[in-house]
Amino acid sequence: MSTPQSAATTDEVVIDCRVNKIFYGNFLAVRDSHVPILKNKITGFIGPSGCGKSTVLKSINRMNDLVRSFRFEGEIRFEGQDLYAKNVDPVTVRRYIGMVFQQPNPFSMSIYENVAFGLRLARYKGDYDARVEEALKGAALWDEVKDKLKNNGMSLSGGQQQRLCIARAIATRPPVILMDEPASALDPIATRQIEELMVELKKDYTVAIVTHNMQQALRVADKTAFFAVDISRGGRTGYLVEMGDTRELFENPREALTREYLSGEFS
Amino acid sequence: MSASPDFSRNFTDPRALKSFILSTITVGCAILACIPLFSVLAMLILRGGRRFSLELFTSLPPTAFDSGGGFGNAIVGTVVMVGIASLIAVPFGIIGAIYLAEFGPHTRIATVARFCAKTMTGIPSILAGVFAYSVVVMVTGTYSAVAGGIALSLLMLPTVMLTAEEAIQMVPAIMREAAVGMGCTPTQAMWKVVLPKAMPGIITGVMLAIARAAGETAPLLFTALFSDYWMFQGGAGDLMEPTASLAVLIYNFSGMPFENQIQLAWAASLVLVLMVFTLNILSRLIGQRKK
Repeated sequence: MSTPQSAATTDEVVIDCRVNKIFYGNFLAVRDSHVPILKNKITGFIGPSGCGKSTVLKSINRMNDLVRSFRFEGEIRFEGQDLYAKNVDPVTVRRYIGMVFQQPNPFSMSIYENVAFGLRLARYKGDYDARVEEALKGAALWDEVKDKLKNNGMSLSGGQQQRLCIARAIATRPPVILMDEPASALDPIATRQIEELMVELKKDYTVAIVTHNMQQALRVADKTAFFAVDISRGGRTGYLVEMGDTRELFENPREALTREYLSGEFS
Repeated sequence: MSASPDFSRNFTDPRALKSFILSTITVGCAILACIPLFSVLAMLILRGGRRFSLELFTSLPPTAFDSGGGFGNAIVGTVVMVGIASLIAVPFGIIGAIYLAEFGPHTRIATVARFCAKTMTGIPSILAGVFAYSVVVMVTGTYSAVAGGIALSLLMLPTVMLTAEEAIQMVPAIMREAAVGMGCTPTQAMWKVVLPKAMPGIITGVMLAIARAAGETAPLLFTALFSDYWMFQGGAGDLMEPTASLAVLIYNFSGMPFENQIQLAWAASLVLVLMVFTLNILSRLIGQRKK
């Protein structure tokens, strides 16, 4: 515990995510998972399919509210405020916690308007051109699109589309950005670009990322949360097995289950 | 050692023969489906094309033994009544479709509304005329363009609503997710993202509904009747007067024992088909643009 990272205990927690239970209808999808997300760090969520890592991530900005039978027990505190308190408007939550999805999903409008979208929603009054440029530079896309900002966002390649989605998410400078397997639909080169971008982003933003790819978590995440599926009670319920500094978790996991997963014994 | 298999085509093989015959039948039936449209078009061009001139569009219908004449007033009447019908059916249809597709797809109201719309698409158009007659003509005491427009709107509404619902549903779910993820309210997501994306499909549906309404005769017989005069001679009040339409003109003139009127009926048919044809092609062009 004498590694430099142990100083992380004093790191500021931006989002304190305490899931007691998440249900879809009567199905218990996730239980007992406590994931603190630290400021200006990348927190990786890994685990086998169906372990609830995406469910937990999407609960943070209340995207799961779109699922009709979704029910959440627990609390997710954003700088102290419970995002699941009764008086909280999920629409406002999503403006502060941006999201990048698995499939690149730019809007069918110009590249410029895609990036300006969040600014317009927030009725931003300042210089749009400057903010759009800033966001596109922040997403490492500016040089590729600066001469064709009027083209439709959907005309870009998959990797460019995903960076456009990242630009769209950061244009409003949300403190936190959630990424749900942002590179899983991309080729290796585009994946590498997105990974490099994430490391850049953490200077200004707090990032939480779900990934299927353990190596990706090892490459980008500062903290990693490992989820697994508990089939002992008849259902298939995901839960947090352990969480810690990424190197520590990969090199010296506390739980046997983590070790088995990392060594490829199940997936 | 076994002999090498024979791969050559053998048409005397019963299996190959059956396949050949059946595929030929499918081609034949597909061609058969084109024959009615092309023969109607050919006949209209042959018989209506002869009278095709500017006079058709600028003149009033002739009286019994007159020569010449046209049906400019009927074209205006058709356009006005279809316009009234669209003003009613398009907003109601699209707004209803938004509810069906987005806000309450599984609610009882939506299920009932969808069922009603589907039934309405199959209802004989004459019933729309009878309904508008009893609700509008009987109440206002006169045949009118408004009554005709309302009758046509009843026929357009279900088509507009169902095609718009489908167009809205076709918008990819990931695009809605993106909108919600950006912090859109449901209304903003609909207005800024989903509707623009669905618009080509919605316009296609509207065009098809208009094209259908433009050619309807039965609903107009009891509602707009006919008129031998230009519309709007007496201002906007003419909307409450009997109004000419191409479809009713064709119906009236084709039954007359005068060669001039019969020729005009053919010419009017050609004009009507051209109008519908243009709308159909426009709707296809707009529909293709979405890709």
